[in-house]
Amino acid sequence: MKLFGFAAGVAATLTLLSTTSAFAVTQISWWHAMTGANAEVVGKISKDFNASQSDYELVPVFKGTYPETLNAGIAAFRAGQAPDILQVFDVGTGVMMAAEGAIKPVAEVMTGAGMTFDKSQYLPGIVGYYSKPDGTMLSFPYNSSSPILYYNKDIFQKAGLDVNNPPKTWNEVWEAAKKIKTSGAAPCGYTSTWLTWIHLENFAAWNDVSWATQQNGLAGGDVELKINAPIFVNHFQALADLAKDGTFKYGGRTSEAKQIFLAGECGIFTESSGGLGDIVKSGMNYGIGQLPYDSDAKGAPQNTTPGGASLWVFGAKSDEQYKGVAAFFAYLSKTDVQEYLHQKSGYLPVTLAAYEATKKSGFYDKNPGRETPILQMTGKAPTDNSKGVRLPNLPQVRDIQNEEFEKMLAGQQTAQQALDNAVTRGNAAIKEALEN
Amino acid sequence: MIGQSPLRTFIAHAVLILGILIVAFPIYYTFVASTHTLQTILRPPLPLLPGGQLWNNYSEALFGGIGRIGGVSVGQLLLNTTIMALGVAVGKICISILSAYAIVFFRFPLRMTFFWLIFITLMLPVEVRILPTYKVMVDLGMIDTYAGLIIPLIASATATLLFRQFFMTIPGELVEAARVDGAGPWRFFFDILLPLSRTNIAALFVILFIYGWTQYLWPLLVTNSNDMNTIVIALRKMVSFADADTEWHLVMVTAMLAIVPPILVVVLMQRWFVRGLVESEK
Amino acid sequence: MAPQLAITLVFFYWPAGQALYQSMLRQDPFGLRTRFVWFANFRKVLADPAYLNSIKVTVVFSLATAIVAMCVALLLAVMAEKAVRGKGLYRTLLIWPYAVAPAIAGMLWLFLFNPSIGSLAYLLRSLGIAWDPLLNGTHAMILLVSAAAWKQISYNFLFFVAGLQAVPKTLIEAAAMDGAGETKRFWTIVFPLLAPTTFFLLVVNTVYALFDTFGIVHAVTGGGPGKATETLVYKVYNDGFVNLILGESAAQSVILMAIVIALTAIQFRYVERKVHYG
Repeated sequence: MKLFGFAAGVAATLTLLSTTSAFAVTQISWWHAMTGANAEVVGKISKDFNASQSDYELVPVFKGTYPETLNAGIAAFRAGQAPDILQVFDVGTGVMMAAEGAIKPVAEVMTGAGMTFDKSQYLPGIVGYYSKPDGTMLSFPYNSSSPILYYNKDIFQKAGLDVNNPPKTWNEVWEAAKKIKTSGAAPCGYTSTWLTWIHLENFAAWNDVSWATQQNGLAGGDVELKINAPIFVNHFQALADLAKDGTFKYGGRTSEAKQIFLAGECGIFTESSGGLGDIVKSGMNYGIGQLPYDSDAKGAPQNTTPGGASLWVFGAKSDEQYKGVAAFFAYLSKTDVQEYLHQKSGYLPVTLAAYEATKKSGFYDKNPGRETPILQMTGKAPTDNSKGVRLPNLPQVRDIQNEEFEKMLAGQQTAQQALDNAVTRGNAAIKEALEN
Repeated sequence: MIGQSPLRTFIAHAVLILGILIVAFPIYYTFVASTHTLQTILRPPLPLLPGGQLWNNYSEALFGGIGRIGGVSVGQLLLNTTIMALGVAVGKICISILSAYAIVFFRFPLRMTFFWLIFITLMLPVEVRILPTYKVMVDLGMIDTYAGLIIPLIASATATLLFRQFFMTIPGELVEAARVDGAGPWRFFFDILLPLSRTNIAALFVILFIYGWTQYLWPLLVTNSNDMNTIVIALRKMVSFADADTEWHLVMVTAMLAIVPPILVVVLMQRWFVRGLVESEK
Repeated sequence: MAPQLAITLVFFYWPAGQALYQSMLRQDPFGLRTRFVWFANFRKVLADPAYLNSIKVTVVFSLATAIVAMCVALLLAVMAEKAVRGKGLYRTLLIWPYAVAPAIAGMLWLFLFNPSIGSLAYLLRSLGIAWDPLLNGTHAMILLVSAAAWKQISYNFLFFVAGLQAVPKTLIEAAAMDGAGETKRFWTIVFPLLAPTTFFLLVVNTVYALFDTFGIVHAVTGGGPGKATETLVYKVYNDGFVNLILGESAAQSVILMAIVIALTAIQFRYVERKVHYG
């Protein structure tokens, strides 16, 4: 027992030594999942915000990957120690929305602090995704990205394809991919990260077809998946056929395929706009195009939907803390802060003013790929099919879809079977989740 | 010493070298990566031989690079991690050697019940019981403390089991002889048991130090202050697989930094594994 | 003993009790709506074909991992004892990889073992092996077992070395004088004396393979392709930590605990009888 007591004593002393910060200002805690260059951006923004005023001190804390951060937030909430601000990834949006007693909508935080919150200042495609069906903004979009097409210009050259003219439709992608493969320019024609996000969720929005009932789940209630409609089946059958001889190469469920593209194995690649940084730094001779659409779809191209994460505010905090949070969100909305965030991190700007300012500065002339995702998201006013998708258990539904895709790509089932199974199993899981 | 044929010696060396190649290759590869430019690392496959960026990468990482991305200085990270690893190793060895001693050498009521009570803890890793444990830590006010980092990790039975296994090999005659000599339980423990357990303590110390050193999920959860971060957390913070640029060359240097202290521990403990002359005629 | 019991009670039994309670609840992640459902979660889990599948996967995975990890480590430890020259160096080189395994392995993954572009995949493909663990379930399982066993080799090696050190040299020399060959000496004298260590490692490796491997599964295969490598503990982790289905996840961990306690009891009852102490 002695030793134990000694260890605890030492630990307690060390703790006392380590907690000597000033308590004159209100501390605002912000738990985030930002890594790499984005972690640096979080640090810089927090420091600048703290320097810009003297009432609040924003304390950013890294809490691991997106799921780890969400779990840390949930555990803290259940233990009565929730942070003020929690960054939650897009697929966790449904979970947070269902937790009405735990969170305080951002719109309320802002108005409660006496600030006006003008939604029209923000990019509609992004704000729409993080709002309730009645339009109340629930969380503050911090980082958003959208899928775009990348291609390797050297490989295009070798295959005799037009280096300045990336494929625009999926059929053109398939043709170009076959040409790359048969000409021997590269061992594989096309690869993609995130099949679920790019080839189902964004595929549906971009082609203006329904992914699920109830406005893809945004309207809530009983949601049923629609992803076994013919347009999806044809698309996936094409992928499955191309996978047989390696023209399409599967890289994994999340962003692993980026390595295949970076290695120069595949000529064409679809991935989040946030993935641009690594491709630039690798020194590859690359080009960028819009996400391809399906030439059979009438409304295409419609608009793509955001991925990324937003900032949620927990409930049951003091007014003083909410004022601090509101002050931070107001700071975050400032044009120069958004410009910095957008240009340094590769995420989309949240406000229209920041987009215009960036455009004026000539940034897009130097970095043409950076504007593509914004144009994709703002080209048309979103329809019921293109505001994004929302489920209380989206990660689980994506798991199911991935499992079925893998069986399909391994040649164990057709696209029709894969998507039928994904719908049946997905619907059962959604129903189950809604009962909780 | 028993003589060996040259062929057998050769086979032994060959097997060992093969084993080292398999087991140690990833570390070598990390080192290789830490000596290349970011551009080389980003265009797989990575070369098998070191590049020429050793000095540049290491000086950039140590003087500012890691602190810039992670928000905490390298020194603080290493200090936190060392305290945690030492705390886990020493704490767990102390409590488990005592428990095993009690279980093996004393007869008291409910002895086996206690053994099983402790032993079952082997069955539930930190990660599975993490959320309820976190609640306990909050209630005890141990968030952001070294004690909070260390103590929950001590609650596991691996070490107790190992000591039990070892103590049971100690011949009854030895215990009897000690009793006849009039050695009390504490003298028996310190003069006989502890010296005999040396190799096992050394082995456990290495394992537990490394266990404490490489923890990720638990420190992530129970610390809310950047100043309490460990090197593994900093490492993970620097790596972005998806949406951001990762300065892989600096990451690989950090990885090497995370490897070096455990290696030192292994090398220092090495001496303990080699049986001394004193007990060679046991 | 008191300190360990105290810590165990506070940091283990209290949380474990909570897990047991949780396993009988249906609850949203934030704990805002709670229903007590008795054993409904258990019934649901046990009726789920995916769960039964993952039991099968787990048996294959755990057996293979424990056997591979222990055999390789024992071989290396015995060889390290034999090599008179360079003994210390060999030992060090074989132990320290353990230091890095968990921290670095996940990161190195992309560069080294990544199924499509890792250096290892290149090697296999240049040997003419159609290596595709992303879509081939058997390949994925082989990859997973190698990764899990690899991580455990240094650990086992360390304890086998410590165990071998404790074998009295006088006994071996006596046997050698009696004319026993090297192989015979090992199996009749050294191996039986190693039994306590081997038994300890058997228990630890089984528990490791069953419990401590979700990180590896997560990094290596994510349970795929399909559900070919979804082990029980990965399912607990994925359902609870990622998908936030708390009740069922808790029920799964309770079942898992029951299985392992039973397994260990069997090991103690039947295997330990054969263990030769002192």
